Amino acid sequence: MTSSISPLLAPFVAGLPIPDLTPHLPALTFAALAGLVLVSAAVAALAPRIVHAALALMACFFGVAGLYALLGADFVALAQVIVYVGGILVLLVFGILLTGRLRGSMGLEAPSRTWPAVLAGALLFLGLALALRGSEFPGSAQPAGPSVPTIAPIGRALLDPQQYLVPFELVSVLLLGALVGAAYLARRRRA
Amino acid sequence: MTLSLSAYLLVAAALLCIGVVTVLARRNAVAVLIGIELMLNAANLTHVAFDRYGVGGVRGQVFSLFVLAIAAAEAAVALAIILTVFDSRDRIDVDQIDSLKG
Repeated sequence: MTSSISPLLAPFVAGLPIPDLTPHLPALTFAALAGLVLVSAAVAALAPRIVHAALALMACFFGVAGLYALLGADFVALAQVIVYVGGILVLLVFGILLTGRLRGSMGLEAPSRTWPAVLAGALLFLGLALALRGSEFPGSAQPAGPSVPTIAPIGRALLDPQQYLVPFELVSVLLLGALVGAAYLARRRRA
Repeated sequence: MTLSLSAYLLVAAALLCIGVVTVLARRNAVAVLIGIELMLNAANLTHVAFDRYGVGGVRGQVFSLFVLAIAAAEAAVALAIILTVFDSRDRIDVDQIDSLKG
């Protein structure tokens, strides 16, 4: 393979010194997504306004979905966007807006105890990184086999009585119960 | 270069620690919930990464889907509790809510 530049673009880029980045593409994508995830998570942790934190959380969810896609987990990536961004984040924003009328300025609340918390988090990360450094995972240098579509295997695994059918049904009952319970809890007691 | 499992695990560890920082540093209960969601995402990322690199099959992905469903249930119940507390106390600062009744 001499060049991976698409034939459509070829006339425009002929003669330009464009490096062929194709072999590095997974690493570059990973670096971009990991940067997005970590920066937006840090903003979500420390932004003074909680609405900004929710917005940063959305960017973080999209970044994690991108990492899932990079790992070849297409269905989980889609479910991540649908459930987290479409469901949980909307719930969180509702919670922020419904409880924000107190201070006049919407959800303006700087995090307190920032430095002890950051110190604790840094120590935990140090411990985890050291543990990771000292661990051996067999076969972890390369992905196990090529990336294949996962929707059909996941569907079969979820509906196979020998595998995950019972947990799957249980979790749907749990979700129903939790949502009914949430609606019951959140009903207005006083006007 | 090819990506190794450690890179994903390191990102997941960092995400988990940022979630811990959020839970520890914030006083607003909704922000604490945001931290919990960050930690759940980190755990899910670990599941999917191990699934891709070691275990094979879709076991880790199925597990992460279960975590996803439980996270949705947990967020709904937690927000209902937060709204109820706000209704009776007019505040949701987690260090000022110190009694179950009243």
